[in-house]
Amino acid sequence: MSSGLYNMHKSNFDTTLDLTKLRTYGDTMNDGKVQLGFTLPVKNDERGEEAARQLMKKMGFEDINIAYKGSLDKEFTYYVAYGSSIYSVDYTNIHVQTVEAETMTMEEVNDYIREHIGRKIVVVGASTGTDAHTVGIDAVMNRKGFAGHYGLERYEMIDAYNLGSQVPNEEFIQKAVELKADVLLVSQTVTQKDVHIQNLTELIELLEAEELRSKFVVCCGGARITHELAKELGYDAGFGSGKYADDVATFAVTEMVKRGMK
Amino acid sequence: MESKLHLNQELIDKARASASRAADDVQGFIDVHTTVTVERAVCRLLGIDGVNDVEVPLPNVVVDHLMDKKVLSGGVAFYIGNAMAEYGLTPQEVAEKVNSGEIDLTKVPVHSIDEIRGAIMPVAEATAERIRGNVAQRNAYFEEYGDKEGPLLYLIVATGNIYEDITQAKAAAKQGADVIAVIRTTGQSLLDYVPYGATTEGFGGTYATQENFRLMRAALDEVGEEQHRYIRLCNYCSGLCMPEIAAMGALERLDVMLNDALYGILFRDINMQRTLVDQYFSRIINAYAGVIINTGEDNYLTTDDAVEAAHTVLASQFLNEQFALKAGLPEEQQGLGHAFEMDPNVENAFLLELAQAQMAREIFPKAPLKYMPPTKFMTGNIFRGHVQDALFNIVTCLTDQRIHLLGMLTEAIHTPFMSDRALSIENAQYIFRTMKDLGSEIEFKKGGIIESRANEVLQKAADLLEEIEKIGVFATLERGIFADIKRPKDGGKGLDGVVEKGDVYFNPFIEIMKGGSK
Repeated sequence: MSSGLYNMHKSNFDTTLDLTKLRTYGDTMNDGKVQLGFTLPVKNDERGEEAARQLMKKMGFEDINIAYKGSLDKEFTYYVAYGSSIYSVDYTNIHVQTVEAETMTMEEVNDYIREHIGRKIVVVGASTGTDAHTVGIDAVMNRKGFAGHYGLERYEMIDAYNLGSQVPNEEFIQKAVELKADVLLVSQTVTQKDVHIQNLTELIELLEAEELRSKFVVCCGGARITHELAKELGYDAGFGSGKYADDVATFAVTEMVKRGMK
Repeated sequence: MESKLHLNQELIDKARASASRAADDVQGFIDVHTTVTVERAVCRLLGIDGVNDVEVPLPNVVVDHLMDKKVLSGGVAFYIGNAMAEYGLTPQEVAEKVNSGEIDLTKVPVHSIDEIRGAIMPVAEATAERIRGNVAQRNAYFEEYGDKEGPLLYLIVATGNIYEDITQAKAAAKQGADVIAVIRTTGQSLLDYVPYGATTEGFGGTYATQENFRLMRAALDEVGEEQHRYIRLCNYCSGLCMPEIAAMGALERLDVMLNDALYGILFRDINMQRTLVDQYFSRIINAYAGVIINTGEDNYLTTDDAVEAAHTVLASQFLNEQFALKAGLPEEQQGLGHAFEMDPNVENAFLLELAQAQMAREIFPKAPLKYMPPTKFMTGNIFRGHVQDALFNIVTCLTDQRIHLLGMLTEAIHTPFMSDRALSIENAQYIFRTMKDLGSEIEFKKGGIIESRANEVLQKAADLLEEIEKIGVFATLERGIFADIKRPKDGGKGLDGVVEKGDVYFNPFIEIMKGGSK
C-alpha cells in the first residue's frame, strides 16, 4: 500500500472540512497524514520493517509507508515512516484554559501599575529545586529579555529580583518574604521523570503550610508547562514556550488588581 | 598559520599580558589557601576510598575530622603522614581508624617532617606512577590506531543510569563519536562530596563517581578496540569538588574534563575564593594526567547576548589560558570554549559566528578549541534545528575547531534519543567530508564584515582586560562583567571550606605534578 513519490490513487474520502471530525492534514483535506520517526531495538532487516509496520497499524495508521530505515547499532534500527491516522477529534467541543489577558506592552504595564497600584511592585523569580537551568527565568527577567521582549528588570515600575538557579523552595519563600514580594515566578526546565511536578507541588504546599499562598501571585513557566497544568498544581498561571515577559507582567498586574493587592 | 583576519598582533599581546597580570594577582591568593575538596583530593590520590556505614565518603570523614579540630590548615598530607609514621598503617587504614574513632589525628605524637614525608611520599609517588601509566596507555592506543585529524565529534549521554549510558555510548561510538561525555546529574555540582559506586538513578544525567568512570572507560576501550579508534571519555570537573573529580579522572584515564576557572562562580553561585583555589589544583592534576580541559565561556552566551557579549568570551578565554598556564597546563590541553549562539533572526549572524570562531583559532593557535552548538535559539522545531546545527558544523569545518559538540535537532525537547545522535552525526560527517578543505580555499575580504568584526571584538576584549587588570578578577566578578551575573566575594556556596595554609602545610601532589614529567 505504500504510495511512493506521488500519491496516484484516488481519494476515497470526503474532502470537505468537518470540525466535528478533525483529522491531520498532509496535502489533502482529511487525508490524516502523519510523519513519524522512531527506533526499534532490533536489527535492520525485513522482519524489523514488518514489526514497524505492524506497530503503526496498532497505533491507528493506515496506508503505511516505511520511507527510511537505518542501523543505529547492531540491534537498533531507526525508521522514518508515514501513515494516515484513522482517528479524528471533535474540535467544536474542545475547551482549554489559557491566560486570557490582552497582553500589554512594557509602557502600558508601567502605566497600569501607576494608575491601579500606585507603587512599584516586587517580582521575585528563580529556577527552583535542583534545576540548574536559568534560560527560562532569564528570558523573562533579564533586562535584555528574549526575542525582542524586554525583561522585567527593565520595567520602571517593577523591582525584579532574579535569584538564579537551584534555589531550594524554602529559601525561595524566605527571600520572597524578606523582599516583600508581590509576585513569585518559578521556572522549571528539567522535566525528566516529572521532577518539575514534585518540585512545583512542594512550593505550593510550603506556601500553604505557612499561610502565605494568598499573599503572592504565583506563576510558573518552562517549555513543558501549560496554563492548565499550572492551575492544577495550585498556581495562578503557567507560561509555556512562546510566552514572554510582557505576557507574564500583564497577567501579574491584572491579577494583583483583581485580588485587591495594594 | 597565516592570519585571514589580519588581527593586530600587538593588541593580542597586550590583551594576553593584561590577563596574565590579572591572573598573577589571584595566584597570590591561591598559593596561600587550601580547601576541603583540595584536601579530599589529596586523600583520594593517597588511595583513601569507600564510604562509611552512613554513606559518607572516607575522604570527607578525614577532612571533616581535621576541620572539626580546626587544624585543616596543616593539610591532610601532614596528619595522615604523621599517623602513618606512628602506626605503620596505609592511608586507607588510617582513614578507617579515624572513622571508627580509634585515631584522633590531632592526638598522634608528632614526628619530624622528614619522617612524615618519608611515610607519605612513596605512596604519592606510586599514585603518580599509576597516572603516568594511564598516560602511557592512552599514548599507546594513539600509536596503534593513530589519532583523528580534524574535528572530534563530541556526544553526550545522559540517561541517569550508567549501564544505560554505556549502551547509548557504545552505539554513538560505533556511529562515529570521538568523545563521549557523560552528563552529570542535576545538582551534583553543589554536593560537597563525591558519591560512591555504580549509580542508576539521576536526573538529566548520571552521577560522576569513580566506579562509573571505570565502567564507562572499560566500555569505550572495548568499542575502541573493535573499531580501531581511541574513544575519548569526558566528564565534568566543576562544582564544589573540582580537584576530586580531577583526581578520579586521572586514576581512571579520562581524557577530557570540563574545567573552567570561573564557571562555578557565575553559574552555580559557588564562592569565588573557593573555586579559584579549587581550579588551580584540579588543573595541576589534569595537566599531569594529559587531560584536555574544556572551558565554559559558551555559557556566557546563554544568559548574555552573543552579538553584544562576544568580547567577554574572548576576554575570559585569555583569563582561562593564563590560569591554566599557572597550573602548568599547556596550550595543547586547553580546550577553550565558545559557542554558536547568535539569534537566527540577526542579519549576517553566520558571518559574525564565522568571524568569532576564526578569531579564536588565530589567537589560540595550539589550543584544541571547544565549540558548542546552538541551544538558546533552538525552539522545538526540529527541522529548523537541524539546519541551525548544519550551519554550526560548517563554521567548525571552515575554522578548524577541534572539539566539536554535536548539536541535536531535539535540543530543548528532551535528552537525545539514540536516533537524534545518529542524525546529528550524519549531518556533521556529511559537512566535514564534502567541505573538508573549503577553509583553506577561502580568504576573507579585506575590510569586509568578517575581518572588521573580529578586529572590533579583539579591541573590546583588550580594553576589557585592561580594566580587569586594574580592578582585579574578584571585583570583575562582583560587577557582573561576565555573563551579566554579579557575585559577591564573600557570597555563594562553599566559602566555609576555604582555609589559609599553615606553617606545616604541604601538598605532595603539587610537588610531584607541577610541571612534572608526563
